Amino acid sequence: MAMEITQVLLAAQSPDGQVRTAAESNLKQFQEQNLPHFLLSLSAELVNEQKPPESRRLAGILLKNSLDAKDSFRKEQLTKQWVTVDPAIKSQIKEALLTTLASQVSDARSTASQVIAKVASIEIPRKEWQDLIGKLLANMTTKETPASLKQATLQSLGYVCEEVSPSDLEQDQVNAILTAVVQGMNQAEHGFEVRLAAIRALYNALDFAQTNFENEMERNYIMKVVCETAVSKEPEIRQAAFECLVSVASIYYGVLEPYMQTLFNLTANSIRGDEEQVALQAIEFWSTVCDEEIAIQEECAGADEGNSVLHFRFVEKALHVLVPVLLETLLKQEEDQDQDDGMWNLSMAGGTCLGLVARTVGDAVVPLVMPFVQANITKSDWRSHEAATFAFGSILEGPSVEKLAPMVHNGLDFLLSAMKDPSSHVRDTTAWTLSRIFEILHSPSGTIIDQSNLPKIMTVLLESIRDVPNVAEKVCGAIYFLAQGYEDAGSASSVLTPYLGNIITALLSTADRADASSNRLWSSAYETLNEVVRCSNIPENANMIGQLLHEILKRLGQTMELEIVSTDDKERQSNLQALLCGVIQVIIQTLNGSEESLPVILQSADQMMVMFLRVFACHSSTVHEEAMLAIGALAYTTGQEFAKYMPEFYKYLERGLQNFEEYQVCSISVGVVGDICRAMDDKVLPYCDGIMSVLLKDLSNALLHRSVKPPIFSCFGDIALAIGEQFEKYLPFVIPMLQGAAELSTQIECTDEDTEEYVNQLRRGIFEAYSGILQGFKNAKADLMLPHAGHLLQFTEAVFKDKNRDEGVTKAAVAMLGDLADALGPNLKLLFKDCTFHAEFLGECFQSDDDQLRETATWTQGMIRRVLVS
Amino acid sequence: MAPPPDHRRPIKRAAISDQQRRREVALRLQADRRSDAQNRARQLASSVLSLGPEPATEPEVEPEQEMSEASGQLAGRSDLDPVRAARLRGPEVRKWFARQLLLPEWMVDVPPSLDRDWYVFPRPSGKRCFVVSSNGTTISRLRNGSILHRFPSNLPNGARTKDVSGPASSYSILDCIFHEPDETYYVIDMVCWRGYSLYDCTAEFRFFWLNSKLSETGASDPPSQYHRYRFNVVQIYECNLAGLQASYSGQVPYVKDGLLFFNKHAHYQAGNTPLALVWKDNVCSQYVLDTDSKGQIPSQQQVVLELQNDGNLTTSDDPPVALGSLSRDLIAQSGLRVGNLVRVAIKDERMRLVDGKLDLGELQLVGKTNHSRAFADTYSKVLFQHAARHAPLRIEDLVASIQSNSSMDNSQALDVEMEG
Repeated sequence: MAMEITQVLLAAQSPDGQVRTAAESNLKQFQEQNLPHFLLSLSAELVNEQKPPESRRLAGILLKNSLDAKDSFRKEQLTKQWVTVDPAIKSQIKEALLTTLASQVSDARSTASQVIAKVASIEIPRKEWQDLIGKLLANMTTKETPASLKQATLQSLGYVCEEVSPSDLEQDQVNAILTAVVQGMNQAEHGFEVRLAAIRALYNALDFAQTNFENEMERNYIMKVVCETAVSKEPEIRQAAFECLVSVASIYYGVLEPYMQTLFNLTANSIRGDEEQVALQAIEFWSTVCDEEIAIQEECAGADEGNSVLHFRFVEKALHVLVPVLLETLLKQEEDQDQDDGMWNLSMAGGTCLGLVARTVGDAVVPLVMPFVQANITKSDWRSHEAATFAFGSILEGPSVEKLAPMVHNGLDFLLSAMKDPSSHVRDTTAWTLSRIFEILHSPSGTIIDQSNLPKIMTVLLESIRDVPNVAEKVCGAIYFLAQGYEDAGSASSVLTPYLGNIITALLSTADRADASSNRLWSSAYETLNEVVRCSNIPENANMIGQLLHEILKRLGQTMELEIVSTDDKERQSNLQALLCGVIQVIIQTLNGSEESLPVILQSADQMMVMFLRVFACHSSTVHEEAMLAIGALAYTTGQEFAKYMPEFYKYLERGLQNFEEYQVCSISVGVVGDICRAMDDKVLPYCDGIMSVLLKDLSNALLHRSVKPPIFSCFGDIALAIGEQFEKYLPFVIPMLQGAAELSTQIECTDEDTEEYVNQLRRGIFEAYSGILQGFKNAKADLMLPHAGHLLQFTEAVFKDKNRDEGVTKAAVAMLGDLADALGPNLKLLFKDCTFHAEFLGECFQSDDDQLRETATWTQGMIRRVLVS
Repeated sequence: MAPPPDHRRPIKRAAISDQQRRREVALRLQADRRSDAQNRARQLASSVLSLGPEPATEPEVEPEQEMSEASGQLAGRSDLDPVRAARLRGPEVRKWFARQLLLPEWMVDVPPSLDRDWYVFPRPSGKRCFVVSSNGTTISRLRNGSILHRFPSNLPNGARTKDVSGPASSYSILDCIFHEPDETYYVIDMVCWRGYSLYDCTAEFRFFWLNSKLSETGASDPPSQYHRYRFNVVQIYECNLAGLQASYSGQVPYVKDGLLFFNKHAHYQAGNTPLALVWKDNVCSQYVLDTDSKGQIPSQQQVVLELQNDGNLTTSDDPPVALGSLSRDLIAQSGLRVGNLVRVAIKDERMRLVDGKLDLGELQLVGKTNHSRAFADTYSKVLFQHAARHAPLRIEDLVASIQSNSSMDNSQALDVEMEG
């Protein structure tokens, strides 16, 4: 029996905090004590037309939250709960939900349609609630159905399509849904609300329409209706229709050809004259066509001629008319568009699309855009000048360097002088264009920047970095990419040496600016500093980088003095510490590359470590990710010396390892354990009991994000390699974990790329763990691994046969085979004779293009041969 | 204003996001360093293992001095933990490398199946050394562990150039002879290549790998700024009549110093091994008979031996062979200490083989050897030198051995045929 809970639901929305809290805890108690009745009562509330809309609304939300959650673990729990509810009660709830679709109250209808979809997402894959679609469709075919019910029904169908996977519905169900939806779009029969619900439902149903799109007649019909809908009188409906066309372009690119002329006219008219929301979707249609063609070209680049991928070159064919349409949009800027990084309007969408067009067709775009640039760039009104610059900046990626270099060469002086233009819009876009030029076209061997123009470029950049914050941020980007052009350039990076002092000074004072509205400018300044450090010539500039290290450490010290009142203050402090620790990390990595500069870090190691510990100390609940990363770099650099920091550092390391909620912190801490093992070797032994127990607990924790598990396994290998035979005592715990994970990895169903990648990472971690253990035990305790050799070979064989195996796993598996043969020697003779897959596996590796893999395989082959002849 | 659609990145959004990059770099470095650490364990472990069983009878505690002066004797390697060995510095490196070279015995008898199981090649005259390329530099070390050259080369990771594949710390080790007249390293064996040990591979495989890999690197190119010395392979022959003939009297671009014989199936074994042999006569070598410290061939055979604490003089074999002794008085008188290498002269007529063992008879102390010398003579060398003065093993003997082998093979093959 459903319980009367109206009052509690209303109380739970009371402005009086005490009343609210009491009601919330009542609801919670009810939910925990008797979930089926709780759900039933909620559905009874939702369906009851006599009840106030407020209580019905909350009832619907609570129902939805009892069926679905963002967190995947919680979601799984909720699914299990629902599945176990008494079928009779479930059927009452579902009946109530379907009835609610006919409610007079639109809020109740709309909530019910969402809850229906959530129930469907659990039940339909389990082949339950098979009459749902039929019942919903019945609402559509009955003549006297009121428009409100039709609208709610279409909404439900749309949500159901969004929630369930195409494989869970039968084709006749899909056909019926599409028919209902397409009929709902009929302008003559239906009013605005039904038609809007119908076109939105179609958007979600497109994924299901594979078969229908393969049939020319059905496809023609669907496309005709959508194109008609795209010129409806209501802009919301036109927008939704264009959204459908965007989706069609992405899912069904291969069948678009007969419709392209119509689609071009529709989109061009819309981009030129329709309301912004509609025009943006029309631009998005072309951006999506570009995405598809870029993907096809990338796919073809590696394949032979005449492969089966259809490439219609729609963009190339439409180029002469499309580019002018897009160029027009660039002139439709908004006054405040530079203030917000995520700003999206006609000009931004047009420039973005133009950039994609350039990447799709390459050189062919240049002659169509350059006249616009030349005609507008010297005009005095900011819109023309900005649009011309934006157009030029947008087409820098895609066309060949040969095509672009002369124009960039000729235009560079003009661009540099435009950094003094009165309009900040012009300066903003000019600075962005400079950064694109450096990013895409500049390299040490290129001709864009040379000794003749570098001094002028540097002067302009160092002056403009003092411009308003949004321009200064773009200038940071320009410096970032200017520096990046000299990365790994060896002695060529000396070119920057004369400017390095001024660049560092300018970036440090930019990071200090008080006029920035958000901390984006500081972060750009510090992140640019990182790149400048990475690309500076070492040891030439080791001393200067050393001085920078002192300055950064000083600044890090100052963050501890900041007055912290609000959570905003706290966040600001934490962000600043992150940026500063990031710079220190980069400095360590840069200076430890050469023997001459190494002492600079070693001299400051104590000071750095003190600072990192203070950063940890000022955050009570968590450890700082960036400080952790920096410590990993420091440990690697100091080697065994790191032992002296361990007593103080250990508690923070442990805290990081325990932080499974913030899985990235956990993951980074696990990585740092590896750094420390390699630095300290067996000196890490006293800490291993603690580290191992936290890691083992993490692995047993169902809430731990799965991405942390593979690094934990690799980390077992790091520890075993460092402490050798002392790892023996952990073996009884570690081996079952590894075997369990190995088994799991063969059971997980790889339905998508993410899962595929995860399984590969997991296996790689498992192999690395075994490699570390085998190597660590080799001299004294190898026999301990003998009982596991059979399992290991079986697992390796299973991995070998998996067609989703990636090269990282292959390498780790082959290396582990060699370690196994090396460590256990003649003991394995029979095993290796019995299982013959290794020959085939090694044979495959010898075919690889990867030198390292081939050489690992050679080594492993040697090890196995030694066993076989023993 | 609405935000852009989910998957659409505005072109003008600032492109720099360094944090993710830092995270990725850190992860990549960790992965590289893990694989470096594991590879290091792999290569060194296999090389240390290949040094053969640890001497079981060795006392637990040995005087420090003996350990460090353990010239030529291969004891003391058990203290080398494989992982640690990678981190050795300075003198320890010298000691470690001093024990790594394969040292051929001198050929005093012709081994059976020379033509089936052996390779032969003319040995270039010059300094035997290990060449190690790693971390952007190349170092050659002489047999005593001291450095001959430090230079950039086209070997993998042998110079600070950008186009290297694999981690910069992975190293390659070649067994070479540095030939002064054309300043060329002649590579006679390959021990490690790009971090992977070839110790446990047969000579057949090592030579194959050497020939195919070295040419990929451009190490045989003429010297240039980043490639100070040229590395050449020597032509290796099957030890049949034609191969022996070509090695013995064929033209080579270097000065010959005897012939080297390698057993095809033997692994690279550090220290003295009978599976590699050296043989010389006056035709293929200018230095058949040992010279004294002044470069003259003495009238009596001289031998370098190591003084043990019981006064015995021993060879550098493992285990060492005592060939005579010095009296305590003489030791005290000449200021010799345990572990010193001493040069002694043999009075020819007194030297004879008794029950297959060499008896040197009375020894005459000539003096201490100079410091650069790391090893005493081996037993086989003493024998070879003795034979060279009295009844040398001649090229005709080698030829005869091969001929008799092949005729035996033929008769065996014939037998099989007849049975069938």
